[in-house]
Amino acid sequence: MSAELRDRRGRPVVVVTGMGLVTPLGWGAAANWSRLIAGESGINSITRFPTMGLKTTIAGTIQSQTGAPYSAFALALEIAEAAADEAVRQSGIGVTGRFPGPLFIATPPSELEWPQLARLVAADGGVADPGDDGGYQRLLAAARSRRFDDLRPHAAFASIADAVQTRFGTIGEPLSICTACASGASTIQMAMETLRRGEAEAALCIGTDATVHPEGLVRFSLLSALTTRNDPPEKASRPFAKSRDGFVIAEGAGAVVVETLEHARARGAKPLGVVLGAGEKADCYHRTRSKPDGSAIIGAMQKALADADISAGAIDHVNAHGTSTPENDKMEDLALRHVLGERVRDVPVTSNKSQVGHTLIAAGAVEAVISLLTMREGVIPPTINHDDPDPDLALDVVANTARRASVRTILSNSFGFGGQNVCLVLAAEPS
Amino acid sequence: MEALREVWVTGLGLVSSLGEGHQAHWDALTRTPSSPVRIDATRFAPYSVHPLADVDIDRLISSKTERKQMGIWQRLGVHAAGLALQDAGVAGDEQVLDRMDLVVAAGNGERDLAFDAKVLAQLTSGDCQSDPDVAARVLNGALTTGLRPTLYLGELSNLLAGNIQIVHKVTGSSRTLKGEEISGLSAIEDAVRRVASGQADIVLVGGALNSERNDLLLNYELAGGLWSHPFVPVWQRDAQGGGFVLGTAAAFIVIEARDHAEQRGAKGYARIAQVVTDRCARRVPGEISASLAKLATRLADDLADGALAVLSGASGAAPATAEELSFLRDHIGAGRAPVAVRAYGSCLGHSVEAHAPMGLALAALALSHDGFYPPFKEPPDAVSAGNTSRDTRPVRILLTSVGHWRGEGLALVEKIGGGVRTA
Repeated sequence: MSAELRDRRGRPVVVVTGMGLVTPLGWGAAANWSRLIAGESGINSITRFPTMGLKTTIAGTIQSQTGAPYSAFALALEIAEAAADEAVRQSGIGVTGRFPGPLFIATPPSELEWPQLARLVAADGGVADPGDDGGYQRLLAAARSRRFDDLRPHAAFASIADAVQTRFGTIGEPLSICTACASGASTIQMAMETLRRGEAEAALCIGTDATVHPEGLVRFSLLSALTTRNDPPEKASRPFAKSRDGFVIAEGAGAVVVETLEHARARGAKPLGVVLGAGEKADCYHRTRSKPDGSAIIGAMQKALADADISAGAIDHVNAHGTSTPENDKMEDLALRHVLGERVRDVPVTSNKSQVGHTLIAAGAVEAVISLLTMREGVIPPTINHDDPDPDLALDVVANTARRASVRTILSNSFGFGGQNVCLVLAAEPS
Repeated sequence: MEALREVWVTGLGLVSSLGEGHQAHWDALTRTPSSPVRIDATRFAPYSVHPLADVDIDRLISSKTERKQMGIWQRLGVHAAGLALQDAGVAGDEQVLDRMDLVVAAGNGERDLAFDAKVLAQLTSGDCQSDPDVAARVLNGALTTGLRPTLYLGELSNLLAGNIQIVHKVTGSSRTLKGEEISGLSAIEDAVRRVASGQADIVLVGGALNSERNDLLLNYELAGGLWSHPFVPVWQRDAQGGGFVLGTAAAFIVIEARDHAEQRGAKGYARIAQVVTDRCARRVPGEISASLAKLATRLADDLADGALAVLSGASGAAPATAEELSFLRDHIGAGRAPVAVRAYGSCLGHSVEAHAPMGLALAALALSHDGFYPPFKEPPDAVSAGNTSRDTRPVRILLTSVGHWRGEGLALVEKIGGGVRTA
């Protein structure tokens, strides 16, 4: 094997040969890209369900193209398949329905939603007994009637993975991964590890989330994570701005086809970028907050750089986690100061969440796709709503309008509840 | 590619209806003639569950504040994880824990059932039934004022791992895999492959299930998976449509590179030779057996010789358990001395995500004790041998994991030192 097909440590070089994207900005990478560089927002007032009485009434939602009634399962599956289909088509890999590698997928919580619980409890009419488990006795009796077996996929943890595997014909048991809001990045990391171990030549990675429903919204609201700046919706997500006060929940799916450079070359496929490395460091401080010294997120960045076998000096753009919560953006700034040193004021940083919102489980995959597009197009999408930069932060934020830049190497950050920190180092296509 | 490293099991942490710790499990499961089964057939009738034994699962969680933040499944898992770390001799060893990786197999956590019941009662009232706007206002109001802010953190799949990080300081990396039974074996597979290839040195792997909850039973009843007849062992359920009996359990194992273990003077229970997984479409009868047979060919060299025993993760679900039995008869039992097959789910119940880690722990335990488990009403006409823990002394144990609706896999665990093939 020629030397360039392996990295300096002798590991197979892992490249991306296909990308797909669905976000509130649109369906498809091209549609997203034009709106991203135009500085547009995908955030709107929620119309999917009545929001009376809720503190937060905005989100980045996606409208099903099939007109199917909303459920997190149905919509997350629809957009996962759309993103994956786009990625697989672009890569030109395999034949339809037979993807020559495993699936790594990150999916939202599998759970019954209130309309479904209400359907079950109303099955036999009358008012439910509010006693301790009275409600559940009725639900269980309804379930035993076998009239509600259509609800199965909502409650089964691997149902989205299973359906996607069936559709694309991926090989072996798919891995359904949850590292909270770092999950999308984890799919790419685990695929990279698998390819480096020589266990596969290609893999399909997908992050998907579509959980804008009342409980989905209220959960984050009760954790004080969401902004309540409802009007106008497009101004609500303000990463790194002084007036940021929480994130905007959003839906989306990102997909990439990764394969060894050797496999891509052999079939004449054009690499769109390189997965240079990934790093993961778990935090042990708090369920929703980072250690005050930032050591875990610093550790994730440093492990990613070490895995990519590059120094921090080689990073020329950071695709930030940048949620727009006071806590995250401060800690990310602290960590980047530590990792980039003096260069922190010179390395352009952007948060796609200013435009897309926070796609939660999908975010790492969505932002990996946008990072790859950034390198290919030589344009960094803006961090919009950056009207009032936080003076305490040192970052060179790509404020409000897109910036032309030759970008060869990107650090893409993803942090999640439960002390999950995953960083990817992505590089432009090999020459 | 560099040569693969030998992968050892160096720590076990077990909690279930049979008690706490590996010794309690070995003692209970090897007691003859009849192994103990703890069943509660009344509390969740018509379903039975194997309830948690009288175990203080908060013993290792010193902070009351931390305990309050966790659901029972999380406390179970955190406890078992702590036992495994102690057993491996790394509990409190910051230098090791800081680079120890964590892989957890998990479903969802526990809902607030009283809250759900209250809201459902409101939603079935006349006003809500006749006016969707009223229903929406009621729901939004109830959620905003009634949901506990921390509840979601108790439900999130990856927060079992998050709590293990907080309580035990396992902070190298942390991954959670979802997908019922097979996610438990996939978690082991991920750890084994990373250790074997040098991507990791020491990994804590496991899962936890609290079976004593109606929301979980509801999910599995919708899946059509639960056994609601009087208790019988897993092999005897097929004629009545099959089904599984959930068992509360948590199992964590420390998986470590042999050289890493030897450097720190740790002993190994057993060596994990291989883990293989797949997922067939299950569209036609026989597909599961065929998939298992195909997986077995990947282990063929190791399966060929020496005393073998099978620890089956069979759940009792149809057709998974019957197809697994045909696989064992036709591909493992055929043409060799009788192979002892034991389905530990008949004693412990089915612990879904925790089931494969539990099985792997029991396999490692048996190999380190130089014995095996006596039968628990295994089918007499099937591959079966040995009536006491000393009648069968396998040098390798095949662990099976067949999901109740999807996913199948095998793991081969070998005796350290005694695992050399014989002629």
